[in-house]
Amino acid sequence: MTAYLKIDHVDKTFVRGSTETEVLKDISLSIDHGEFVSIIGHSGCGKTTLLNIVAGLVPVTAGCVLLENREVNEPGPDRAVVFQNHSLLPWLTVYDNVKLAVDKVFAGKKSRAERHAWTLHNLDLVQMTHAKDKRPAEISGGMKQRVGLARALAMEPKVLLLDEPFGALDALTRAHLQDSVMALHLKLKNTVLMITHDVDEAVLLSDRIVMMTNGPSARIGEVLDVPLPRPRKRLELAANQTYLKCRQRVLEFLYERHRFVEAA
Amino acid sequence: MNMPQVKTEKAKAVAMPQPAPAVVLPLEIKRSQLGEKILARLGDIAARVIPPVVVIAIALIVWELLCRKAGATLPPPSRVLKETRELILDPFFDRGGIDRGLFWHLSASLQRVALGYALASIVGVALGTLVGQSMWAMRGLDPIFQVLRTVPPLAWLPLSLAAFRDGQPSAIFVIFITAIWPVIINTAVGIRNIPQDYRNVAKVLRLNQLEFFWKIMVPSAAPYIFTGLRIGIGLSWLAIVAAEMLIGGVGIGFFIWDAWNSSHISEIILALIYVGIIGFVLDRMVAGVSSLVTRGTAAN
Repeated sequence: MTAYLKIDHVDKTFVRGSTETEVLKDISLSIDHGEFVSIIGHSGCGKTTLLNIVAGLVPVTAGCVLLENREVNEPGPDRAVVFQNHSLLPWLTVYDNVKLAVDKVFAGKKSRAERHAWTLHNLDLVQMTHAKDKRPAEISGGMKQRVGLARALAMEPKVLLLDEPFGALDALTRAHLQDSVMALHLKLKNTVLMITHDVDEAVLLSDRIVMMTNGPSARIGEVLDVPLPRPRKRLELAANQTYLKCRQRVLEFLYERHRFVEAA
Repeated sequence: MNMPQVKTEKAKAVAMPQPAPAVVLPLEIKRSQLGEKILARLGDIAARVIPPVVVIAIALIVWELLCRKAGATLPPPSRVLKETRELILDPFFDRGGIDRGLFWHLSASLQRVALGYALASIVGVALGTLVGQSMWAMRGLDPIFQVLRTVPPLAWLPLSLAAFRDGQPSAIFVIFITAIWPVIINTAVGIRNIPQDYRNVAKVLRLNQLEFFWKIMVPSAAPYIFTGLRIGIGLSWLAIVAAEMLIGGVGIGFFIWDAWNSSHISEIILALIYVGIIGFVLDRMVAGVSSLVTRGTAAN
């Protein structure tokens, strides 16, 4: 069987003047339809570069990315991104931020009324309908991230790309949003690729965890299956043996075998 | 579940002891609060109005005392008022030629500024966008802009007179060339400062060039663009008076020059006051439009 999303022998080298930096080396990864995959690694290992390659925002140096067996090399709404710092347009209201995406993606496919309804539906999915007429500056960080998620979901992407979506949030808000993402994944069965540096987050949310070695020339060090049944409950998992074992494996990888060495 | 009940019981317990005065008290409080509010408001207005009035009064008195003596070269305010009475009371008279009320002079100047400034805004934003977006355009055009923008406005006048062979388009061109530089430079900075995040959003959504321009670029760069436009309107108004002194005809600049030639110093002083007030109003207008358009853009 061919994979839904396939990252095939991707290399990425950044060239600035005469210095070349190899960031990613021979990355291959296959993701099935509806799968939730996390990529974890120390900062600077090229996780975000990999996500940007899948998003089409950064071109590959070698190799390719295939989505449903077709090469993707430029950005598009079939691979919607939830950016680390929400990236909402501050001059638009919450509603208009989502509507901008809906209007662009469904121009000609949905009527005006349908687009309006679809915008509201997606705001409702992330429980943000109450703030639809507010501007991003008037809502909290967690709410902004929810709206960013609604905007991405509203594009009906084939793959949802999450770039450390909860990184800038406090622990309680983060937990709340993780639960929301889990619930949405269960409901919508999206294929999700998430970048994270939080071990608990990776184990809790993912079907598989891709662990990356330190850069430069970062590779995939190990891929771990998380055989926990869904729906998952944060509290029940805290004492679950499988959960703890997975957590242990990731921690060992990150802090024993590939400890982060400060660049000299 | 029990909460509301507890609350009402507490409220009753508090209200019970003295039911009679409770009817009178709230009314009194309300009235005194209203009075206090009005007083506070009046105090606020007074605090803003009184200082400038006092300063102006002192300045007028000093001026009056200084220029009252025989042999003073400038007229005191009392004489200015007396001599310009006709001009102040009837700004709309028109005896043909340049013998017209101040309204006509000011409106002629404003028309020139409006035309030149509008052209400068449109061309300035367009060129600024080009320079901000394209590395090649920046490298090619920026050095030229940096040199040309230091040329004083009036230095352009002889050249434009030679090119247009007429005062009117020359004056408009001087306004244009004066106002355009801050607009270009600020627009370019604004465009270059569009966060990469917004560009990424536009790429993921596959916005085309036109959509990107209207939906991302303009709102994102608007605070910068308006800074340029505001500097531009100030410079335009500065340049028009000087340019009109040289080209002649109807206009506040030539009105001042003409008054000087006829030794009507009082008229010059009146004209300066009008020029100042209108410059202030123009600046406020652009600032007002700016805060209206850039609502929400600055805060993130």
